[in-house]
Formats: sequence, C-alpha cells, structure tokens
Amino acid sequence: MKVKFVETLKSYGIILAFLLICVGLSILSPVFFTLNNIINVIRQTSIYGIMAVGMTFVILTGGIDLSVGSVLAVSGAICAGMLKAGNPIILVLLATLGVGVGCGLVTGLFVTKARITPFVVTLGMMSIARGLALIYTRGYPISGFSPTFRLIGGGYILGIPIPIIIFLVVVIIAYIVLMQTKLGRYTYAIGGNEETVRLSGINSDFFKTLVYVISGSTAALSALILTSRLNSAEPVAGTGYELDVIAAVVIGGASLSGGRGSVWGTFIGALLIGVINNGMNLLGISPYFQQVVKGLIIIGAVWLDQLRAKEE
Amino acid sequence: MDDRVLWMKGIRKSFPGVQALKSVDFDLARGEVHALVGENGAGKSTLMKILSGLYKADEGEIWLRGRKLSSRGIKAMIDAGVSVIYQELNLMRQLSVAENIFIGREPMRYSGLIDWKKMYLDVQRILEPFNVDINPKTKIYMLSPAYQQVVEIAKALSLNSDILVMDEPTAPLTGNEVEKLFEIIRNLRNSGVSIIYISHRLEEIPQIADRVTVLRDGEKILTRPLGELTTAEIIRHMVGRTLTEQYPKISVPLGKEILHVENLTKKGYCKDVSFSVRRGEIVGFTGLVGAGRTEIMQTIYGRMKKDSGSIYIDGQEVQIHSTCDAVKKGIGLIPEERKHQGLVLGLSVFDNMAMTILDKESVLGFLKKKKLDISVKKLVELMEIKTPSTKQLVRYLSGGNQQKIILAKWFLRHCKVYIFDEPTRGIDVGAKVEIYKLMQNLAKEGAGVIMVSSELPEILKMSDRIEVVFSGSIVKEFQREEADSEKVMEYALGLHEHESQQEPRAAGAET
Ligand SMILES: Nc1ncnc2c1ncn2[C@@H]1O[C@H](COP(=O)(O)OP(=O)(O)OP(=O)(O)O)[C@@H](O)[C@H]1O
Ligand SMILES: [Mg+2]
Repeated sequence: MKVKFVETLKSYGIILAFLLICVGLSILSPVFFTLNNIINVIRQTSIYGIMAVGMTFVILTGGIDLSVGSVLAVSGAICAGMLKAGNPIILVLLATLGVGVGCGLVTGLFVTKARITPFVVTLGMMSIARGLALIYTRGYPISGFSPTFRLIGGGYILGIPIPIIIFLVVVIIAYIVLMQTKLGRYTYAIGGNEETVRLSGINSDFFKTLVYVISGSTAALSALILTSRLNSAEPVAGTGYELDVIAAVVIGGASLSGGRGSVWGTFIGALLIGVINNGMNLLGISPYFQQVVKGLIIIGAVWLDQLRAKEE
Repeated sequence: MDDRVLWMKGIRKSFPGVQALKSVDFDLARGEVHALVGENGAGKSTLMKILSGLYKADEGEIWLRGRKLSSRGIKAMIDAGVSVIYQELNLMRQLSVAENIFIGREPMRYSGLIDWKKMYLDVQRILEPFNVDINPKTKIYMLSPAYQQVVEIAKALSLNSDILVMDEPTAPLTGNEVEKLFEIIRNLRNSGVSIIYISHRLEEIPQIADRVTVLRDGEKILTRPLGELTTAEIIRHMVGRTLTEQYPKISVPLGKEILHVENLTKKGYCKDVSFSVRRGEIVGFTGLVGAGRTEIMQTIYGRMKKDSGSIYIDGQEVQIHSTCDAVKKGIGLIPEERKHQGLVLGLSVFDNMAMTILDKESVLGFLKKKKLDISVKKLVELMEIKTPSTKQLVRYLSGGNQQKIILAKWFLRHCKVYIFDEPTRGIDVGAKVEIYKLMQNLAKEGAGVIMVSSELPEILKMSDRIEVVFSGSIVKEFQREEADSEKVMEYALGLHEHESQQEPRAAGAET
C-alpha cells in the first residue's frame, strides 16, 4: 500500500503538484483562472520552455548548458542589428539561428574534443556570449522593428499566440526526435553509459556535440520571440534564464547524471515554473522573495530525484 | 540441526512480471562449502540478495545460528557475520584498492585524520595469501577484472564474517587464480567459515563443494552431498533435460583470409602481434589474466591507439582510429566488462540490443521501429533471454541474461570479423551451447571469429586455431589437433618464453 503510494507520487508527482498549485492560486486570486491570464502564462512560459526543451537533450546526455541566457542575448542582439540594417527577414531569421548553432557548436567541440567538462565550457561560453552581446550593442538596447517581424512574438494564428504555437511545435518535434530517431536513442544511451555507446562503434562525440547545437539553436529561437515581442533587443536580456530553464528540466524529472528524463516532463516543469512566477506576481509577492522560493523549488526537485535514484 | 548456521525457509520473492523464487528452502552447515547452481535467471542471486538484506522476501523466514531473524537490512547482516561478494563487481572505480577495502571503517589517527600508513599495511596483509601483485594505492579502474575480483574477496574476508557468499567469484579468473581462490576457500572452511558458492563452471563444483543445491525457475529441485551426484546429473537437474553435447563443434570449410594483423604494437600492452583469421574460422586467444589479450583486441578495435603495425581486412590495409571506424570496416567487439562497457543498464532490452544497428535500420535518422522490433524479439526468443518483455530495463535482468544481451546486440549487426572477449562468462551450460552454435553460425556464414577466453575447455574444443598470449605477445600458435590443456598452459605460463624470444617469428612460421 505504502509502496504503491510512493510509486504513484513519483510518476505523477509533478502533475499533482501542478494541479494543486493551480487550484490554490485560483482560490487565492480571482484573476488567475481567467482565459486571458492562462494564455499570458503560457506565452511567457514559451520563451524559456523552448530553451528547456533544448536543455533536456543536454541533460539527458549527462551534460549541462549554463550559457543559454547569454546565447539568447547575443542572438537577439545580432537579430536586431541586422533588422536595423535593413536585411530581409528570412535572412535575419536564419542568421540568428546560425548564431545559436555556432555557439552550441563551439561548446560541443570543446566538450568532446578538448574533453573539458560541460559545466566549465558553458560557464565560459556564458561569459563570452554575454560579452559579445555587449560589444555588439555597445551596451545599448536596439529597438523598433517592422510590423512583420513583430508578428513572431505578438501575432496570433486561429486566436492562439504564435509563441505558444512555436513552443508546442518544438515540444512535439523534440518528442519525436527523442523517441523515433537515432539521435534521440543515442542521447539517452550516452547519458546511461557513454563507454558502452562508444564501444558499440557509435561516434558518440558527434552526437554529444549535436546536443549542444540543439540547445544553442533553441536559445536563438527564443531570442527571436523575445526580441519580437519586446520590440527591442537588450544586451542584458536572458540574464539568469539558465536557472529557470534548468529548473524546468529537473522538475520535469530528468536526472542530472543523465540517461533519464522526458520532453513531456520538461513541458510540465516549464509550465509549473511559469505558473509559480505568475502566481507570485498576482499575489503581490516581492521579486526578492520570489528568488528564494524558486531556489527552494529547484533544491526540492533535485532532492526528489535523489530519492528516486536511491530506489535503483 | 545444531550445526546449521543458516536456514532459509519457504522464501518467496516476485518482481513485476516474474516470480523469481517460489518457496525455496536452503540451509548451510558450519564449515561447509555449499554450491548453488541453476540456469540464468533461476533465482540464485535473488536468494543471496535476500540473505544479505538487499531485497526483502515476500514470504519466508531466515534463521541464523538457531535464532530467527526479525529486523534485517544490509548493515544488520554484515554485523551478524554475513558477507556477500556480488556477481557484478561493486567497487568504487575511482577510489584506491585500500579505500575500497576499508570504506566506512578507515583506521584513524588520534588527530582524526585517516591513518594511511596503517591502512596500506593492513591491505598488504589481507592481500598476502592471494599472492598477487596489487598496490594498495592503485585505483580500481586501472585493475583487470580478475584483480578487481581479488579485491572484492579480500574486502569480504577482512570483515571477519563466518558466512560468506560468493556469487560467481571465478568468472573473471583463469586457471592459476582459480586454484589460489580454492586454496583460500579451503583454508577458510577449515577455520570454520561457511561458504555459499555460486558458479556456472560446473567442473569446479566437485573440486570445492561439500553439498550442492539446484534451483530451476525459482524452485529448489534438490540438495545433496556431492558424492551422490555426477556433473552430468547436476546438469540434467539444472536444465530439466539431458544435454547431449556441451561443445557442439561443426567443421566449416575455411575461406579466404579476412583479417590480418601485422606487428601490432602498443607500448606497455602488446608487442609485435601478428596473426590472421580466415572466413569461417574460429581463432581462440588464451593466456593468463593480464597477459594482454583484451588489450590486443581493443587496440585492433581502435579503442586504444596503436603505436605501430597494420591491419588488413579482406587483403586491404585499413586505418582504424576509433571504434566507429572499426565497426564501419566490419569489426565488432563484444567487451568483457558488461556493466561498464557492454550495457546501458538504465535502458531497455530493446534499446540495448538495437544500439548497433540503428544507423542501418533508419531512414534520415528515423528508426524503422517495426522492423527493429521484429528482429529484436526474434533474437530474444532464439537466445532464450529471460525477460518479461523487450521494454524491461536491462538492470533488472539476471547476470547471465545481461551477458546474452551484449552478444545479441552484435549478432544483430552483420560484421566481417567478430571479436568475443570472454563470451560465455556467467552463462549457464544450456545457454553456452546456444552461444557456441550462434558463433559457429556466424563463421558458417563467412565471418571470421576471434574468441578470447580464459576457460581452457572451451578454447580447446571450439577453436580451429589457438593463439597463446604471454605478456603482450603471441608466444605460440596451435592447430586444433595439436593442442591439449597441458601444452597450452605451459605456454600461457611463459615457460617457453625463452625459446620464442630467440625466434620471434616462430609462431607465425608454423602455419
Ligand atoms: N530487481 C529486479 N527487478 C525485476 N526482476 C528481477 C530483479 N532481479 C532479478 N529479477 C528477475 O528474477 C529472476 C531471477 O534472477 P536472478 O538474478 O536471481 O538469477 P540468477 O539465478 O542469479 O541468474 P544468473 O546465473 O544469470 O546470474 C530473473 O528472471 C530476473 O530477470
Ligand atoms: Mg546471478
């Protein structure tokens, strides 16, 4: 009986927590459970939710990417700069994603070829990318774009905000990639036991590099949405995002030592963080206090993970 | 009744989808060696894990020295004098030998710091009877599996237990080391320690055990003194039928040379290794543990970078810089350390088995799930891998079934040359026969097979040609007909090292 309860709690723990928090907030704040607010929450969530999907790949291999917030800033800055210079939108979109891919590639190569731990490489990349964003913008925001570009963050399709649609598409693609493709299966396998993968004659370095490229490109994608939505790119954009992103993945049940986790988990994890952020704002809790709460949630989630790991 | 130090009564245990133990009775007398045998997945390890407190039985009682146990747990069992050497090595790979042996009870100085000097001295004392050259400061991952096993045994002994469980302790050991271990076991028995001994090397049982218990599919079939049973009878009880042939060798017409290795050298590991394998041929590599067989194979496979030498496949020289290159060129290697090199324990049977063929069975990166599923299921059936489904995590399979998964993974991929490093380690008699058959099938279909093994009978009976390795070089090559165990052992021990050094090419010249 007791075993069963624990099992259930572990499998459905996040969903349960998610529902409880939603119910609680609906009671405490009349605004929370309105269509407007719900759409608002999901739209806000989509920015780091997309990055969390990329981060899921990295964490599944047993790595970590601390640079996502900075990569977002530098991609956003270059996007804005190119738009201001009058480049066609398509070219700007590709170039922005290219920046994310480039950052991820550099990170990936340092991790696999130079064999430096991901923590250190991405910590370095976090500083480098932020620096580049500041250099490129000379420290000032770049703002004011064409209405077409502003559709990405502000437009609707069939009444649904475009960022939400992009988020959902990314989640679905990631799910398919993880379950149905070589890359996905190797991602899990590398996190489980990299040596075995290598001895199976698989070029594990290639796939490991790819995972950082994915994380970099999701950061760039989020940069497009954020820049469009704010109608401005700031060199300090995305500061501290890595915290929310990693938290979403971990709350979603991924193990930081790799090999276990899922996109659906991350999806719920991201929503949970979004709801908590939103709820605390609605209840008028000070941002300083919010930081404390978020920190506690992250530790709590990892603790839960430890308990889970202990079973095995 | 009185000399029974341990009595396990009516033990039941089930896991999701499997009834691992169905009301098993087991007892152990003071100062006896009690062998526990059975097929892969019969429930041997599970029974022992219940004894050690790692698992909780669903039903049943355990009596220790005439007293029924109430509270249990790993710590309590160790304090009660029960120590278990698990089938899978459980050492901390990044820590030293000494730290592993003394983990949790490090000798302390008054200052509260660890007394390293005393620790190292104690370890040397503990390792002394094994007569092995192991530095207490060495990190575990640098030791061969055999030496790791010695450390495990030493650790268990140092706990001063009077009930000792050994789950396949000899699996990674060779002739001499097995002898040494037996000597240690006999000494322990004479000093009153009771030992439960699990092994798939049935020829060992009469040499060491007083009584034997056979398990089959979670049921106890019998417990008898060893004098009353022959090995053939034990096998019959284990598998539930008579096994006609333990080493079913068929003769396959040999084809062209498929692999040729010339003067392969890797400093500190192997030197001037030259040999070749023909299509349809099984070449056995034997030697003592640490002789460098595994290292030779891993160098060929591109896991270790060679210093010099060349490798030819189908007569063409190939450059192998990584394991990925090797597989592309048609070489498959089945490694000896399953937990660390062969499996991803946290993934399913399907994912583990399909790993080697995902690149072939996919279109633009998308997997052909159905096709993969069918091939995997077929092989699971053919190899009689005991698992509730192909979705089961490999972690939950019995040791022998895990080994089968590693083999299965490579059977799925069609290679030109298969290198098996200890293919039958931990596999039961019945399944061994199946694996030999599968290996010969590969040969029959035109592959070249290299079999590295420490088990002399299998080397002698299954190989077409035998290469004996001593300290990183091939010291002798035997044709199947010329070899017998004594001659092979002589070379393996290096007794003829001198001759072969004077004529370094002698080995190759004889073919
Ligand atoms: N933790 C577990 N979860 C689920 N099933 C398990 C678990 N441990 C063991 N089993 C199953 O219980 C059965 C007995 O396994 P056990 O490890 O005791 O076999 P064994 O006799 O030691 O075999 P081998 O000779 O291969 O080591 C097997 O079918 C195995 O798959
Ligand atoms: Mg076992």
